[in-house]
Amino acid sequence: MKKIFSIVAMILLLGVSAFAEAEKSTKLLETSRFPVLIGLILFAFVIIYYIQKAKSGQHIFIRRIAGLNAIDDALGRATEMGKPVLYVPGIGGISELQTLASISILGHIAKKTASYETDLYVPLRDPMVYSTATEVVRESYLGAGRPDAFRENMVEFLTSDQFGYVAGVDGYMVRENPAANFYLGSFWAESLILAETGNSVGSIQIAGTANPSQLPFFIASCDYTLIGEELYAAGAYLSTDPKSKGSLKGQDMGKLAVMIVIIVFALLNVVRNATGMESLSNMLNWLDKFFAMKG
Amino acid sequence: MKRTIPLIITFLSALVMIIIYFINPAHVQKFENGVFEWIRIIGAFALFLGLFNLLISHFIKVRRNGMNAVYSIALIVAFFAIVISGIFFDSENPDGTFQFMFNNIYRPLSSTMFSLLAFYVASAAFRAFRAKTKEASFLLVAAFIVMLGRVPIGTMIWGKIPVISNWIMAYPAAAAQSAIMIGAALGAISVSLKIMLGIERTYLGGEE
Repeated sequence: MKKIFSIVAMILLLGVSAFAEAEKSTKLLETSRFPVLIGLILFAFVIIYYIQKAKSGQHIFIRRIAGLNAIDDALGRATEMGKPVLYVPGIGGISELQTLASISILGHIAKKTASYETDLYVPLRDPMVYSTATEVVRESYLGAGRPDAFRENMVEFLTSDQFGYVAGVDGYMVRENPAANFYLGSFWAESLILAETGNSVGSIQIAGTANPSQLPFFIASCDYTLIGEELYAAGAYLSTDPKSKGSLKGQDMGKLAVMIVIIVFALLNVVRNATGMESLSNMLNWLDKFFAMKG
Repeated sequence: MKRTIPLIITFLSALVMIIIYFINPAHVQKFENGVFEWIRIIGAFALFLGLFNLLISHFIKVRRNGMNAVYSIALIVAFFAIVISGIFFDSENPDGTFQFMFNNIYRPLSSTMFSLLAFYVASAAFRAFRAKTKEASFLLVAAFIVMLGRVPIGTMIWGKIPVISNWIMAYPAAAAQSAIMIGAALGAISVSLKIMLGIERTYLGGEE
C-alpha cells in the first residue's frame, strides 16, 4: 500500500509541476478539467483509506441490498426446479464499466451454479466480452471444484446486432424456460423486451443497470432491480474479500460527501438570495466558475 | 506471473488514459486514435473467435439432432448465405443479392423485434400502474398527469395539466435521475480504481 501512496504522490507532483509548466508556456493541460482531478484524488484517497481499514481487520458495516440477497434464492429456485439460469451481462463492450461490474457478479453466480450443479447459460453480444466471460465462468467452475461441469456452450456469442441478440435470448427463454434470469450490465432499448419475455415465462428476474432511462422498465418487469451504483457495488457486496468491502465503504462515504456538498451549497444559495450578502455571492460565483467544466 | 503482467498492463494503461484526460486533446490526438485503432483490431480478432464459437455450438446442436435442431440449421444456412453473398458478390450493388437480403430479410426482422417494444410497454405499464400500494398509486397519478400533459387532450381538460407535467419532469424526476447518476458515477470511479489497483481482478478470469 505504501507503494501505491508513493505512486499517487509521484503522479500528483508530476501533475502539479506539469500544470505549472504548462501555464507558463503552451497550454499542455486541460485546466478546465482540474476540478475533476481534485475530486478524483480525494475520492481515491477515501477509498484507499477504507480499504486499509478493512484490511486491518476493523468491522465494516455494509447496508443490505435486497436484490443481491435475492440472488441465492433465485439460484436455489432454479436448482429445485431443475431448470437453467440465464445470465445476460448487457449489450455493452468490454471497455464499459457496467460490463466489467457484471462480469464480476457473473463470477460469483457461476461459482454457485457449479456447486449446485445447475445449468448456466450466458449469451453475449460482444466478442471481447465473450472471451472474458468464458474465462471467468471456466475459472469459477474450477474454483468451485467442478471443472468437469463446465461446458464451452454455457457461454455463447450470439450476434453483434442489438435486436438479433434480443431475438436469440428471447428464443432461448421461450424454449428452455429458465427459472432465474439475471440482466446485469449496460442495457438500452432491448431491456423491456428481455424483461417482459422473462416475465411471461414465469422466471424470477433480477436486473441492474446504471442507465437511468432503462431502470423504469426493469422495475416494472423484474422482481428485483439494482439501481445505478448498486450494480457497481454488487461485486464487492458478494465478495468475502475485506479489500472489496473497504472499497464499498469508501464509495458510500464519497456519496455522503457529495450529499453534504449539495445540501450545504443549496442552503448557501438560499441564504444568498434571502440576504443578498455580497461576500457570499462572490464566493459562490467563484466556485460556480471553478467547477463549471468546459468540454 | 500469469496474473502480474496483465495487472501491470492494466495499471499502466489506466494511468495513461487518466493522464490523457487532463491533457489538451491537440497534444494527444494521435496517441488516442492509435489506442482506439488497437481496440478495433483486437475486437476484429475476437469477432472471429465469437463466430467460430457460434458455428461450432450450432453444428453440435445439429449433430445431436435435438428438438430445436431446425433453428440451428436456419442459423447456419443464413450465416453462410450472407457471408458468401457479401464476399463473392458485390455487396455495394443496390440490386445485388447481399443488399436484397439486407433490405428484405434483415431489416424487416430487426424492425419487428423493435416494434415489439410498443406492446411490451403497454403490458409493463399495466402491471406497474396497478394501484396496489401507496407508492404504486403515487406512480399511477404522476404517470397519468405526465401522459395527459404530453397530449392535446390534457390541455383541453385543464390548461394547467401540461404545466404540472413539466414540473414533475423538471424537478422530482430530474432530481431522482441526478441522484442515480451521481451514485453511478461514484460507483464507476470506485470500480475503476479497484481494477486499476488490482483489487478487482475477476475480469482476468480469476479470483477477485
